[in-house]
Amino acid sequence: MNIAVAIDSVPQEALPTASETGPAPKRVVVAYGFWIFLLSDIVMFSALFASYAVLVRSTAGGPSGAQLFNQVTVAIETACLLVSSYTCGLMSMAINSRYRLGTYLGAVITFALGAAFLTLEIREFADMIARGATPERSAFLSAFFTLVGCHGLHVTLGLIWLVVMMVQVAVMGFVPTVQRRLLCFSLFWHALDIVWVGLFTVVYLMGVSP
Amino acid sequence: MNLLGKLDWSAIPLHEPIIMSATVFMVLIVAVVLGFITMKGAWLYLWREWITSVDHKRIGVMYIILALVMMLRGFSDAIMMRAQQAVAAGGAQGYLPPEHFDQIFSAHGTIMIFFMGMPFVVGLMNFAVPLQLGIRDVAFPTLNSVSFWLTASGALLINISLAVGEFSKAGWTGYAPLSELQFSPGVGVDYYLWSLQISGLGTLLAGVNFVTTILKMRAPGMGYMRMPVFCWTSLATNLLIVAAFPILTAALAMLLLDRYLGFHFFTLDGQGNQMLYVNLFWVWGHPEVYILILPLFGVFSEVIATFSGKPLFGYRSMVAATMAICVLSFLVWLHHFFTMGASAGVNGFFGVMTMIIAVPTGVKVFNWLFTMYGGRVRFSVPVLWAIGFMVTFVIGGMTGVLMAVPPADFQLHNSVFLIAHFHNVIIGGVVFGAMAGYNYWFPKAFGFKLDERWGRASFWCWFIGFYLAFMPLYLLGLMGMTRRMQHYDDLTWQPWLLIAMVGTVVILVGIVFQIVQLVVSIRARDRLRVTGDPWNARTLEWATTSPPPAWNFAVQPEVAGIDAFWSSKQRAHAKQNTPAPTRKYEPIEMPKNSATGFVTAFFAVVIGFALIWHIWWMAAVGVFGAFVTLLAFAFRRHSEFEVPAEQIARFERAHQAGVAA
Repeated sequence: MNIAVAIDSVPQEALPTASETGPAPKRVVVAYGFWIFLLSDIVMFSALFASYAVLVRSTAGGPSGAQLFNQVTVAIETACLLVSSYTCGLMSMAINSRYRLGTYLGAVITFALGAAFLTLEIREFADMIARGATPERSAFLSAFFTLVGCHGLHVTLGLIWLVVMMVQVAVMGFVPTVQRRLLCFSLFWHALDIVWVGLFTVVYLMGVSP
Repeated sequence: MNLLGKLDWSAIPLHEPIIMSATVFMVLIVAVVLGFITMKGAWLYLWREWITSVDHKRIGVMYIILALVMMLRGFSDAIMMRAQQAVAAGGAQGYLPPEHFDQIFSAHGTIMIFFMGMPFVVGLMNFAVPLQLGIRDVAFPTLNSVSFWLTASGALLINISLAVGEFSKAGWTGYAPLSELQFSPGVGVDYYLWSLQISGLGTLLAGVNFVTTILKMRAPGMGYMRMPVFCWTSLATNLLIVAAFPILTAALAMLLLDRYLGFHFFTLDGQGNQMLYVNLFWVWGHPEVYILILPLFGVFSEVIATFSGKPLFGYRSMVAATMAICVLSFLVWLHHFFTMGASAGVNGFFGVMTMIIAVPTGVKVFNWLFTMYGGRVRFSVPVLWAIGFMVTFVIGGMTGVLMAVPPADFQLHNSVFLIAHFHNVIIGGVVFGAMAGYNYWFPKAFGFKLDERWGRASFWCWFIGFYLAFMPLYLLGLMGMTRRMQHYDDLTWQPWLLIAMVGTVVILVGIVFQIVQLVVSIRARDRLRVTGDPWNARTLEWATTSPPPAWNFAVQPEVAGIDAFWSSKQRAHAKQNTPAPTRKYEPIEMPKNSATGFVTAFFAVVIGFALIWHIWWMAAVGVFGAFVTLLAFAFRRHSEFEVPAEQIARFERAHQAGVAA
């Protein structure tokens, strides 16, 4: 039967409106709560973005972004992170069909790409510090290291979380709690991508434009 | 390398008699309380029923106990400052040296906002929101416990600063560059920063929890436009917490990086920008005042409607006004520093926005007045606080609009006129509202009412004391007195400051009466015992027993309109003669107790203390401990248990027998 016709045959007054249906299922509640938390995290990033924008010209005679940033490294970093989001999506599909091997495979690739991103970022930082561009050098560099470093810290925490989740899948199996946490993890991982897209644009692309 | 970082015996201010006697006093009180618990053999009970409890009602009560205790601490600071300014006129220096006076006003502000106001508000929401929504608990019960204990950790750190080291001398706002290492090399600012970071995380998690609870967990039938107004204002507050607290976290984190790792966000060298801190602080700070006041607008709405015996006038406009304030509160932050020197256009914009925010607030005041109009108002204690609020808050609001005019603000900025204004709205709004809520929901929480006579006496002392203490400050502000003065030369100010001192003493009497009220009520609890609905109220929390069982409602309530409990009472009245149908109870899933919150908070204190004193190994231990705690929580097998249907039926039968008797 045509679904639209079926819906029409139900008297509309008899149905409660969407806001009157009672407590949502746990999966919805957990994901929704975590999503609200992610929004708050993005608000924190927005404060760091704003500070970076205020301080970007305050180089105190030190190097500016145009002199420091290496576009090639950043492009590879970006590719790693975006592809890791894709593999994270594949992992979510494997989880939904309770396919263990696929889950592990997705997790391993996601982890490897995240770790590659992090390694490149740490090398970039080390290289800058070696050239005297430390966060103590100027307000601009303080803001740069804080904004990018905070994102890197989130990626690190994400990697630790991923490892813990794989142990949970191995030990506890696909129980509802573990599934809900994996759902939250994938939300987290995609949110880091969104922040990185903003960061890539504001810091690295706008940073090298004259 | 020193194992204890910067910590050594010189950190304990043995040469300061005032601080040492305060410390001894505090230690004595703690010792007496701990001794009392040991004597009663109540440790196991406390651990099982309170410390590890994830019941939102218990957590709410603990929040409010924390708030009341910290109010005593903050008030002692207040009375010390008033005493100092009452005597330190002309050549006299008073009894507090400047560096001590500076710590006192910083501690007073920090404690009253973060550890008295916030816990009180969050405590009331914790207690009442799930009951009003007709549900069993919040969305994330264990997280709720974590939130509370993190807040308590922050409070503990601030109190440790009294005995070990010092507190910040940079004011409760911690403006840079004064709060930078260059000008504040001691541990005071670090105490301030870490205690706010830890408690701020707790507040943020509470905000996430409540937004989710209110938007996703309402009882069947409770649509948005059927929620009690307190739930609406709580929703607005928690949305503000989620949107504003991360900004404070970021701002304080930047200051921490400046102080610990030599960054240059707000320093004078390295092209730091000091006004960036001030802006970030108030982008959080202005929403924060609405975070504090909005839930209490909700309390007043409940109290006024209940005690007038009428539905709230203009429910829809109340909801609209609440949400309007919620949005507008993010568009006014610059009025805290018109003197920064932004252009006339910028100052004009923020001035106008500030005036506009008075409109929805005015709508609310008229709604409360029209609710009372034509009602049979019972002048019980909560109503007294509500009426006292309406009078006082309107005055405070008007002085606020006055300062929203940038040219006027250039005269009044940082004067005690400002101090008078924000105490006018915070005491007249937040404290009066908290007291109304405390008196209103106390019988629900404990099953007996608070004594009316002592409650009235306390209200009148607070009310009169407030006017005596703060109206002189408006005058002094116009006379040119700036805030935070340890001493002053102008002898014409002194009489007014003496009046303010008297006012503070009257408030002190009010606080003493409140303590007496509590003691008297506990002793006379058999006489004051109440049923589920002592006030003839309108919302669902009164539909269950007082105190409610852990599962709140034996049967999930079904909601058919606003004032759900009131309409169900009307219906029951209409068919009085038909026998009540025998209920069939279902088993209920309840969250298990968890020590996660307490243990996490313990490690948070370890981390905070270690970082304040640069004891790096200890900080690492703390982080490791917190991580292991989290893992232990993540790997536990059973998070819920089932309350059998017979237990619920037995509880309900006993309760019904109690009603009949």
